[in-house]
This record gives sequence, C-alpha cells and structure tokens, in this order.
Amino acid sequence: MSINKISTQKVNFKVFRFNSDVDYLPYYEDYTMDVTSEEVVLDILNRIKWDHDGSFSYRRSCRHGICGICAIKVNGRSTLACKESMSTMIEYFGNDLTIEPLSTKRAVKDMIIDKGDFWEKHAAVTPYLVADIDECPSCENLVSPHDAEELDDADLCIQCGACHYACPVVEINSDFFGPAAFAAAYRFEADVRDSDGQRLIDVNEEKQGVWDCVKCIECTEVCPKGIDPFSKITKLHQMAFKKGVAKNNVATRHAVGFLHSIKRNGVLDEGGLVLYSEGVSIVKHIPVALQMFRKGKIVMPWNIVKSDNLDEIQKLIKSSSTVKF
Amino acid sequence: MKKLKYALFTGCTAKQSTPEQMMSTMAVARKLNIELIELTEASCCGASHLQDYDDFLSLVLNARNIAYAEKHGLTMVTICNTCQLNTAMTKHRLDKNPELKARVNEKLAEVGLEYKGTSLVTHFLYAIIDDFGLDKIKEMVVKPLSQFNIAPFYGCHNIRPSELQNESHKTPENPYNPTSLDDLIIACGGKNVDYEQKNKCCGFHVELQAPHTAAVLAGSAIAGATDNNADMMVTPCPLCHLKLDTQTKSSSEAVGREVSLPVLHMQQMIGLALGCSAAELGLKHNVTEINFL
Ligand code: SF4
Ligand code: SF4
Ligand code: SF4
Ligand code: SF4
Ligand code: FES
Repeated sequence: MSINKISTQKVNFKVFRFNSDVDYLPYYEDYTMDVTSEEVVLDILNRIKWDHDGSFSYRRSCRHGICGICAIKVNGRSTLACKESMSTMIEYFGNDLTIEPLSTKRAVKDMIIDKGDFWEKHAAVTPYLVADIDECPSCENLVSPHDAEELDDADLCIQCGACHYACPVVEINSDFFGPAAFAAAYRFEADVRDSDGQRLIDVNEEKQGVWDCVKCIECTEVCPKGIDPFSKITKLHQMAFKKGVAKNNVATRHAVGFLHSIKRNGVLDEGGLVLYSEGVSIVKHIPVALQMFRKGKIVMPWNIVKSDNLDEIQKLIKSSSTVKF
Repeated sequence: MKKLKYALFTGCTAKQSTPEQMMSTMAVARKLNIELIELTEASCCGASHLQDYDDFLSLVLNARNIAYAEKHGLTMVTICNTCQLNTAMTKHRLDKNPELKARVNEKLAEVGLEYKGTSLVTHFLYAIIDDFGLDKIKEMVVKPLSQFNIAPFYGCHNIRPSELQNESHKTPENPYNPTSLDDLIIACGGKNVDYEQKNKCCGFHVELQAPHTAAVLAGSAIAGATDNNADMMVTPCPLCHLKLDTQTKSSSEAVGREVSLPVLHMQQMIGLALGCSAAELGLKHNVTEINFL
C-alpha cells in the first residue's frame, strides 16, 4: 500500500460576510491559513469558525456528500464543501481563494442562503411518483434492472443546488425551472411505474421549460454527484417529441428544422432554418439580416453548396429516423 | 517537423454566415504549412438541436462524418465549438458502448461505410497547440499584436463538459480557468484580458426562442470585456462570433448600455500576427467595424 505524502501550503482566503439582520452591504474578511493536501473545503469553513470567528455561519450536516446542505462557491465555482478537496481548488485557482455563498444575492448570513426559489421550482415539477398502485398489493411491484437503468442516476441527486445557482438562465429568467428541477422531472418521467400526464407538458412549456436552456453545460460541470442534468434536459426534449406532447412553436420547429435542412442539402440552410422556425415573425430579424447581407454573410438558398453524396444522407435519414413530428 | 495534415470538418456556418472564418482558416493553414483535406461529404452535425429531436439519427449522421475522416486515416479537425461538442460526443458514446456502435454501423453499412473509432476529433485551436506548438507560432509572428488588449471568449462547447473535452486534446483545459486562448493571444504578441465572462455562454442557441436571455448573456460578455479595457475580443467558435459580432443592437438594449467591440475569429487573429492581408482574412465580412486597419 502506498502512503501519499501530506503537503502543506499557505492559502489566502477572502471570505464573504453578511448578516442580513445588521448589515446593509456584504463585505469580505481575509484569512491566511496553512492548508494540508488532505483537507476539504468544509475543513476550512470549520477552521474559520473554530479558530477565527465563532459568529461565522454556514450549513453542514452529514460531511459525506449525502445531505446536500453544504454547497458554496469557491472562486465562482459551485462546490460541495465536504466533498471538494482543497488540493483541487488550489490546482484550479492558485493560492488566493474567494469563498462565497452559492448565491450572494440570496445571502441571509455568510454562507447561508435563502434557497426558496430552488425548492419552489423543485415542487413545481411533481417530484414524486404518480402511480395507481394497489395499497395492499399481493406481490412486489417489480422494476427490471433494464428499466431501472433508464433513470440514468437521476435518482442520486441530493438537491444541493450547486447546478441551479451555476445556471445563467436562473438568474435572467425567474420562471425557468433550472437544471435540478429538470433532473428531478426526468427521474420520474423515466420511471416505468409513473403515469403522470402533466409533468412532461409542464417542463416543455415556454419560459419555464427545457427549451429556454442555453446549453452552456455549466450544470453538468458543477454537479458533485455526476447527475449530468444537461443530458437529462436533452432527454426531456426527446421525450416530448416521442410522446407527442411537443407543441408546434418556434423552439420545436427550430429543432425539427435541422432535419428538413439536412434532408434537402446535407448541410444547414441557415436562412431557411430561421424562416421555418419563425414563420411570419421572421420580419423582426430583417434589420440584422440586411446588415449581414451587406457584409456578404448571407448565402441565398440556390447558392448553398450541398454535401457530396447527399443520397447517402437521405438514405440514412429514411432508415435511421426514430421520431415523427 | 513533418507536415501536419488533417481532415477538416468545416461545419455549415463557415460556409455561409461566417465566410471570413473559412478564408482565415485556409490562410492560416497555408502560413503554417498545414494541409487541410475538406470533408465535402459531411453533413451538418445537428448543432445540438437535431440531438433534441432524434438522438439515434444524429448519432448515425455524425458517425458518418467521422467515418469519412477515418477513410483518410486522419484526425478530424473542427472549427466550430458546437461541431466539436456534437462530433466528439458521438465518438465518445460509440467508443464506450459497443452495442450502440454496432447498431449505428448496421445503418452505415447500408451506404457502404463503417465507423471504427480510429480518428481523433479535435478543434483547430487544440490541434495548433498540441501538434504545431505555440512557441513555433511565436517565432513566426511578423506583426505582433502588442498594441492591443485582447479578450478571449472561449465558448461553452469547447470547454464543457470537461471530461469529454479533455479526451479530445493533450493540453488539459480547466473550464473554470481556461488558458489555451489566452496563451494563443500571448503567442501572437497581444495582451490577454481577464474578465468574468470569458468562459461563460453567449446565448446563441436560444436566440430564437429566448431572445432576451440570449441578448443579456451576449451583452454582459461584451460589457465585461470592455470594462477590463479590451480593444477587441477573439473566439474559436463561429456561433459565438455571430452572436457577439452581429447582434450588438439587441445586446446593448438588453444590458442598458451601448456595447460593441471588434470580434476576431481566432484564425483572423493568428493570420494578422503572421502577416496575412486583410483581404485574405476576410476582415470586410466582420460586421462590427475592425477599427484598427
Ligand atoms: S445547460 Fe441549461 S440548465 Fe444547465 S446550466 Fe446551462 S442553461 Fe442552465
Ligand atoms: S443535480 Fe447535482 S448539482 Fe444539481 S442539485 Fe442535484 S446533486 Fe446538486
Ligand atoms: S454546429 Fe453549426 S456549423 Fe457546426 S455543423 Fe452544426 S450547424 Fe453546422
Ligand atoms: S458560447 Fe454560445 S455559441 Fe459559443 S459554444 Fe457556447 S453557446 Fe455555443
Ligand atoms: S455536509 Fe452533507 S453534503 Fe456536505
């Protein structure tokens, strides 16, 4: 068995402080500490409280990445404090680290935030099994291993909120459900026992639903449990088409428009895609389009260079399509 | 050094709304003596939108594109972040899952093709860094960009998900503290600008269905670069470029202030430093005025 050598280095911490009862504005306190390669971020929070300032407030409970309460931000990156090793943080950001709550604008006291919006969104996606199961069953309600795999680990989410407060859309569009809620919705949509008819429709609704996700993949990058909310979002899109609940709107036409374009040209017809997606609303794009046209950035449909061997592409579309809209 | 040779997946944008990107890619390749074999058989990658509609079909089409690179026995080079994501994601999923690969190959066989998994898929930015070397670029610079503060805009689909992206190139990239584009700016003699939005999203993909969200993201990125004294921005992705370069009016409205900076494609920036002409680099196609030429 090899024994890793424990190393120590000096780290300067800039720590967010705020007490909504007495402060108008937040401020930052500096601490310099010797940090060992064995420590996790939560150890640092503990040491600030125990060695420096007993009034420093943060949430922790399990210390094993299970309760989901200790998520904060280090240099702007959401992390689960009890799971994230300090050596990784130093490797990422160097020896000057800024410790902040998941969302500074929701801060109540130091690292503690009001997670109300997170729970509201969570509740909005019917995060439980809707099934007509006999209350006194005579045998087990079995789910095959194959069907259970469909959940794709979505059931391992600990509701830590790291992804939700890393999502740029959550901050811009207050209706947006956010990645954790989508992962929860997927968890039940993928469950063979579930018979809810409304959830998938709700998460495909404009403004609040998956179509407003900008595909930045921040959620997948931060998730400490490897849930990959982004791929769950993709699956919710696909389910909406498969189950026939996708509405005919600019977002769905935009997705389907790619297929039409590829069928015709192999490559994308950019102008044609916007026209197909927007319909008559295309007029709002005219000023930008004109500007682009003047700069030689618009290729007319008849000038688009189609893919070579287009017949192959068309044949594959015929044989490999799995969805109809 | 052995002459570098790649199979080029241009994507659709470089052939349509960003002709300057295609021109500058070829100009830079000529300067660096890199041979690019264009995959003219390739289809669109689906841009993550076809993926929302029909997952299997998008796998088949992307596998077909890669199969053509494999036929040449070459690494596939992409010049669009989103092409990179979708193509590398296809490769990753097929290489990890023999059953899925077999199902895809069953379809490809109908047109006499096979996906083997023998070609690497990498973005031109990383091909340059990994295979050509920034030191060599530095030596070849004839007109350093030393008078400029240049803000790198990485674009999500080249850096996230990092687990996938770091399979595609040797020089590891940290999505929270990326350095490749910064290093390239420095190699071209410019001063790299650090700002909060450099690894954030530009909003391009929801421009039609969520225009306000998209405009706020693009506007904040340009504002962030401006507030940190950038003279211009540079990006490896034609989609980021479209968003930042052609949509300044809606971006400005969304953030409540006038925002507008010249935005170069990474290839245009390299080309300038290597002494390519404005015409070769297609600078006249950039919408936001290139005010320093
Ligand atoms: S990928 Fe979508 S849900 Fe995830 S963080 Fe980005 S915008 Fe939010
Ligand atoms: S998906 Fe991951 S990051 Fe998001 S709440 Fe669940 S565990 Fe936390
Ligand atoms: S991402 Fe855009 S440019 Fe790249 S192939 Fe897809 S549609 Fe074309
Ligand atoms: S920054 Fe925008 S265009 Fe660029 S890769 Fe991300 S979403 Fe796509
Ligand atoms: S303390 Fe429970 S997850 Fe960190």
